[in-house]
Amino acid sequence: MTTPEPHVRVRDLRKTYGNFVALDGVSFDIERGETFALLGPNGAGKSTTIEILEGYRDRSSGEASVLGVDPQHGGLDWKARLGIVLQSSGESGNVTVREQLAHFAGFYPHPRDVDEVIAAVGLTDKAKSRIKSLSGGQRRRVDVALGVVGRPELLFLDEPTTGFDPEARREFWELIRSLKREGTTILLTTHYLDEAAQLGDRAGVIAGGTLIDIGTIDEIGGADSRIPLVRWRDENGQHEERTTEPASLVARLFAATGGEPAGLEVRRPSLEDVYLALVAAHGTNDKTMDQLEHSL
Amino acid sequence: MTTTTATPKLPAGRTVTLGASRVAYEVKTYFRQGDSVFFTFLFPLIFLTIFSVAFSAASFGTNASGDKVTAAEFYLPAMLAAGVLLSGLQNMSIDIANERSDGTLKRLGGSPLPVLSYFIGKIGQVVVTGLLQSGLLLLVAAVAFRVELPTDPAKWLTFAWVFLLGVSTCAVLGIALSALPRTGKSATAVIIPITLILQFISGVYLSFSQLPEWLQNFASIFPLKWLAQGMRSVFLPDSFKTLEMGGTWNLSGVAIVTAIWLVVGLVACRLTFRWIRKDS
Ligand SMILES: Nc1ncnc2c1ncn2[C@@H]1O[C@H](COP(=O)(O)OP(=O)(O)OP(=O)(O)O)[C@@H](O)[C@H]1O
Ligand SMILES: [Mg+2]
Repeated sequence: MTTPEPHVRVRDLRKTYGNFVALDGVSFDIERGETFALLGPNGAGKSTTIEILEGYRDRSSGEASVLGVDPQHGGLDWKARLGIVLQSSGESGNVTVREQLAHFAGFYPHPRDVDEVIAAVGLTDKAKSRIKSLSGGQRRRVDVALGVVGRPELLFLDEPTTGFDPEARREFWELIRSLKREGTTILLTTHYLDEAAQLGDRAGVIAGGTLIDIGTIDEIGGADSRIPLVRWRDENGQHEERTTEPASLVARLFAATGGEPAGLEVRRPSLEDVYLALVAAHGTNDKTMDQLEHSL
Repeated sequence: MTTTTATPKLPAGRTVTLGASRVAYEVKTYFRQGDSVFFTFLFPLIFLTIFSVAFSAASFGTNASGDKVTAAEFYLPAMLAAGVLLSGLQNMSIDIANERSDGTLKRLGGSPLPVLSYFIGKIGQVVVTGLLQSGLLLLVAAVAFRVELPTDPAKWLTFAWVFLLGVSTCAVLGIALSALPRTGKSATAVIIPITLILQFISGVYLSFSQLPEWLQNFASIFPLKWLAQGMRSVFLPDSFKTLEMGGTWNLSGVAIVTAIWLVVGLVACRLTFRWIRKDS
């Protein structure tokens, strides 16, 4: 029996810019066909990680393997298997959407149908418009289209839906789901936690250059962070209780009040709640460290 | 045990076919960019017009049959050489510096486009636009300024190789020089002084024979002086060769010096070209 090697493998990755440590010992794997969401606050090191894996930046130390190749030495054969959507790509665009996609499709051995890709990102009406005449969100959709047109095995998406309207975001999720069905491996960064929850199989939370948690979307943050929250109001004011048995609590409340409790809410913490708690906990750790260092 | 992901090889020969597709793309985007068309494409034509009108009364010597050489006739070869330099070196280096700044090259660098195909696209664009530019210059010179163009096929053969060699050399040097400016914004400020000085010392605006000898020697290091000389050999009366250094057209000198610069440029491109600056 052979087990396939993960599409992305990162071990103890470090990156320094001068004296500044942007990544400090990050390790994770992304299996074939998996969608991995890399989450974290601004400046956490998400783009640094992703651009090291894309071959744009050199790591300071550690190991990285992308489709079995060291990204610092990836050749054209290797690039042909990747799809890249950068966080920012502000080119002038003196060509139409269709011209640009058809041109880039030609770089790849088995490209997707250009018109299908244009339709998938919702730009059929704009196919004949110059890219520079498009709105910000429409241009971003062109970036996404260029990332997928080469039928990549591994797709890097660095905040792909910045500037998308809610409808475009839903269309994008559909597109990503269809890519997942085809078996595409995806590394996604996003600040929209609902997006990560919708698309991701697993997530990693990175803050200050270290990976503070990693796991499947419903496990990350630990079981305790998922304990449901029951909220209600009575004459004494607002109440909040975390319990693993919310239904019994509600039943008891109902019996006690003899009717509907006011403002009743039963909520399972969302990925966003879990994420915010994780990052906040990490932030306080950092602060105590800083204070320690100052007092020394 | 683990299996490594086998990376399929890309088909051979795609460098050339993709190069051809790049040429089409580059030419298309070039002409859609209004300002660069004006400044580099029409610039030599505008200067030819200005010189022809401004110096219409001046004398530039006589040809074998005793007719006066007009300003248009005198400046035509100079402007052809300037056009090659502007389209090739100046336009190319500024263009690539901008593409590096605005993320175009970063995107291409993440795709399986061979660097060589990208170069072919750029050089092809310069050849196409340079040919159109020269054609237009010749047409305007002949029709509007009544310059008598050579009828001897040997002269046109000289024109063809001087043009092609010159255009490729300038294009390659332009790619190499694009690494010089740190940003797209500084590109014009870094590149234009270089090409402007070259034009002044190489006999494009000022008559080369009137420059001091040390300056003539200095200019002879660079390819533009030789390009302009090659062009003069085609379009000026043969008697004018006495004004050249050594009193001959020295076409083998033109070929040798320009070819050396072509090789220097190719080596520089190979060694210095990067899609992006990795340190930033
Ligand atoms: N080229 C660079 N030179 C110096 N510092 C850099 C460079 N690139 C990034 N950094 C720093 O490294 C840290 C991580 O940056 P990175 O772009 O990876 O963050 P990010 O997680 O992608 O943030 P965002 O969510 O804002 O995109 C930041 O503090 C940033 O200032
Ligand atoms: Mg980022």
